[in-house]
Amino acid sequence: MPRVLLIEDDRAVREGVALALRRQGHEVGTAVTGEEGLRQARSFRPDVAVLDLMLPGMPGLDVCRALRDLDQTLPIIMATARGDDEDIVVGLEAGADDYVVKPVQARVLDARIRAVLRRAAQAPGDGGIPKLDTYGDLTVDRAGFSVALRGVPVALAASELRLLLTLSASPGQVFSRQQLLEAVWEHSYHGDARLVDACVKRLRAKMGEPRYIETVRGFGYRFAAR
Amino acid sequence: MRGLSARRSRVPQLLGLRTRLVLAFALVAALTATTTGALTFREARTGVLQQSQDAVISQLRAQANRLAPDLDIPPTQDGLRRFASDVAASEPSGAWRVMVTYGELSATSAAGDRFAELTPALREAVRSSVATVFQRVRTGDHTSLVVGMSVAFTTGAASGLRIFLTVPQATEQASVDALVTAVERATVPALVLAVLLALLAARGVLRPVRALRSATRSIAEGRLDTRLAVNGSDELADLSHTFNETAAALEASVAELRGMEARARRFAADVSHELRTPLAAMSAVTDVLDEDAARLDPDTATAVRLISEETVKLARLVDDLMEISRFDAGAAVLHLDEIDLAESLRRTLAARAWTDLVDTELPPPDTLRGRVDPRRLDVVVANLVGNALRHGARPVRLRLTGSTGTEPRAVIEVLDSGPGIPAHVLPHVFERFYKSDAARTRTEGSGLGLAITAENVRVHGGTVRAANRPEGGAVFTVELPLHNEENR
Repeated sequence: MPRVLLIEDDRAVREGVALALRRQGHEVGTAVTGEEGLRQARSFRPDVAVLDLMLPGMPGLDVCRALRDLDQTLPIIMATARGDDEDIVVGLEAGADDYVVKPVQARVLDARIRAVLRRAAQAPGDGGIPKLDTYGDLTVDRAGFSVALRGVPVALAASELRLLLTLSASPGQVFSRQQLLEAVWEHSYHGDARLVDACVKRLRAKMGEPRYIETVRGFGYRFAAR
Repeated sequence: MRGLSARRSRVPQLLGLRTRLVLAFALVAALTATTTGALTFREARTGVLQQSQDAVISQLRAQANRLAPDLDIPPTQDGLRRFASDVAASEPSGAWRVMVTYGELSATSAAGDRFAELTPALREAVRSSVATVFQRVRTGDHTSLVVGMSVAFTTGAASGLRIFLTVPQATEQASVDALVTAVERATVPALVLAVLLALLAARGVLRPVRALRSATRSIAEGRLDTRLAVNGSDELADLSHTFNETAAALEASVAELRGMEARARRFAADVSHELRTPLAAMSAVTDVLDEDAARLDPDTATAVRLISEETVKLARLVDDLMEISRFDAGAAVLHLDEIDLAESLRRTLAARAWTDLVDTELPPPDTLRGRVDPRRLDVVVANLVGNALRHGARPVRLRLTGSTGTEPRAVIEVLDSGPGIPAHVLPHVFERFYKSDAARTRTEGSGLGLAITAENVRVHGGTVRAANRPEGGAVFTVELPLHNEENR
C-alpha cells in the first residue's frame, strides 16, 4: 500500500484529499506545516509527497528543497494554483517531479501519484541480473534502474531516471517534449513542456560535462552516446 | 484619400507660418524703402533743379538788364547777333547758348544754331506773357533747361525783344542719378535685414508652436505625463499653460478610470482565488460522493449526485474566471514549443473522445509545424469544436491548412451544419457570458469558452472570427502565426 505524505495547511482540503486518497487505497500521513512535513518525512517514510506550495511559515519551495536534500529519490508532487507560473518553474528546478493544479479531482491526483510511483518503482536496486549499457563515462543499469558516472552512482529522482532511461534507450533519436510528457510523466500530449525542460536541466546538472542530452532546436531532445 | 491628404499637407508647407512671416516682412520692408526713396528722391530732385534754374534765371535777367540798354530798338541783324553773343559770354563756363528774336529777326550766340530745344509751346508762352518762362527739355541723354523772357522798356511797355537761353543740366542730372543709385543701394540691405528679422521672429513663434505640436502628438500616443515648459507671458505661453492643465486633467481622469478598472479586475481575481480553496476540498471528494451515491436512498442519492456534478462545473467556471483574470492582468504567458499542428489537433479530439464525432481535414504528419503554446492551442480547438458539437449540428468538420505569405500562418476552421448564428448574435459571440437567447439557459459551458478562445488566439498574435456559411451552418476561423517570438 503506497504511503503518501500530504502537506496542506487548509483543514478542509487536507481532510478531503486524505479521505479520497485513502479510498483509492493509499496510506496517508498529513502535515499542516512544512516543518511538520519534514519531521513526518523522516518518521513516516513516505513513498511519495504531495506538497502545497502556499504554506504558512516555511515556504513550500523551501520545503521542496529540504525534502529533496533529505531523499534524492523521493517523488514530490506540488499542488499549485494555476497561474503561479514562476512558482511552478522554481518548484520544478528545486526538484519536484510533477505538479497538479488546484482544485484537483481525487482520481486525477491518484493517477499522478501512481504515475510517479511507477517511475519510482523502477528505481534503485531490486537486484536481479544487471543489464548494463555504457555511454562514455556513463553506465546505465536497465534492470537495476541505477546510473553511475565514472563508476560513482548518481542519485536520480524518479522523473529524472525515467527520462534518462527513455532517451538513452534510443540514442540519437529525437523525442519531442510532447512524446516525453506522455512517456515519462503519463501526461496528455498538451501537458506542460516545462516539466521536460526543468527535468533535463536537473539531469544535466547531475551528470556534468559532456552533455549527454542534446537540445534539438524546434524539435526536442536526444541522447548523444559519447 | 491618399492624394487628398498629400495635397492637404503640401498647402500648409507652401504657406507655412515661416514663409508667410518672411513674405510679410519683405513686403513691408520693400514698400517702406521704396516709398521713402521715392519721396526723398522727389524732394531732393526738386530742390536741386529749382536751385539751379533759379540761379540761371536770375543771372539771365541780370545780364539782360545790363546789356539791353545798349541795343538800338529796332535792332539790326548784326546788333541782335552781338547782343546774343554778349549775353552768352557773360557765363564764364561757356555752356550757355542764347537766341534773341525781334519780330521776324532772330540771332543766336553760336553761328548756325537751330535751337532745337525750343518748343513752339514755350515760344508761344513767351510771346503771350511778360513773365519769365522755362521748360526742362530732354533730348536723347541730355536734359537742358530752356528759359525764355520778353524784354520790356523801363516804362513797362513791351520792347518786342525776346531772349531764349538753353543751359545743359549735366551736373544736376548726375546728382539726381546718384540719388537714385543711393536709394536702390539702401533698399537691398533693408530687404535682407527684413528677411533676417522675419526668420528670427518666425523662430520665436515657431519654436513654441513646434513644441506644442510634438507634445500633442505625444499625448495622442498615450504619454499622458507630457508637459510643456512655460516661458514668458505671451499668448503662446498662455496656450502652453492651458495645454498643461488639460493634459493634467486628462491624466488624472485616465488614472482614475484605470484604477477603477484595476480594482474591478482585482476583485474578480480575488473572488475566484478565494473560491478555489473550498472548491479544492469539495473537488477532492466528488469521486467519493459518486461512488457511494448508489448505496443511498434515491432522494439522497439524487442530492449527492447534484452536488458532485455542480461542484465539477463550479470548479471549471472558477478555473475559466482565473484564466480570464490573468488575460486581463496581462499575466498570461506563452510557453512556446515547436510542434506538429496536425498531431496537436488530432490529440485534442482524441483526449475528449471526439475523434469519431468530427470529420478532419489535416495535412500529413510533420508538414505543418509551428511555434505555439500547445496547452493554449488545445484550449482553442477544444472550445471551438465543443461549441460546434453543442450548438451546431453534425457533421462537424475540423480543417487545418497552412497559408504562405510574408508571415506564414496556420488556418484552423471549425465548421458545423447547424442553423448558423443569428445575425444579431454574430458580433457578440466572443463576449464573456454572452447568451444568445433572453432566457439565459445554462449550458454545459461556463459562458467564457469563446472569450477565452479569443484571448488565447490574441496572445499568439493571431485572429479568430465567426461567420455563417452560405450553404448553412457556422464557421469559426482561427489564424495563427507559425513563428511566434518568445513571450510577446
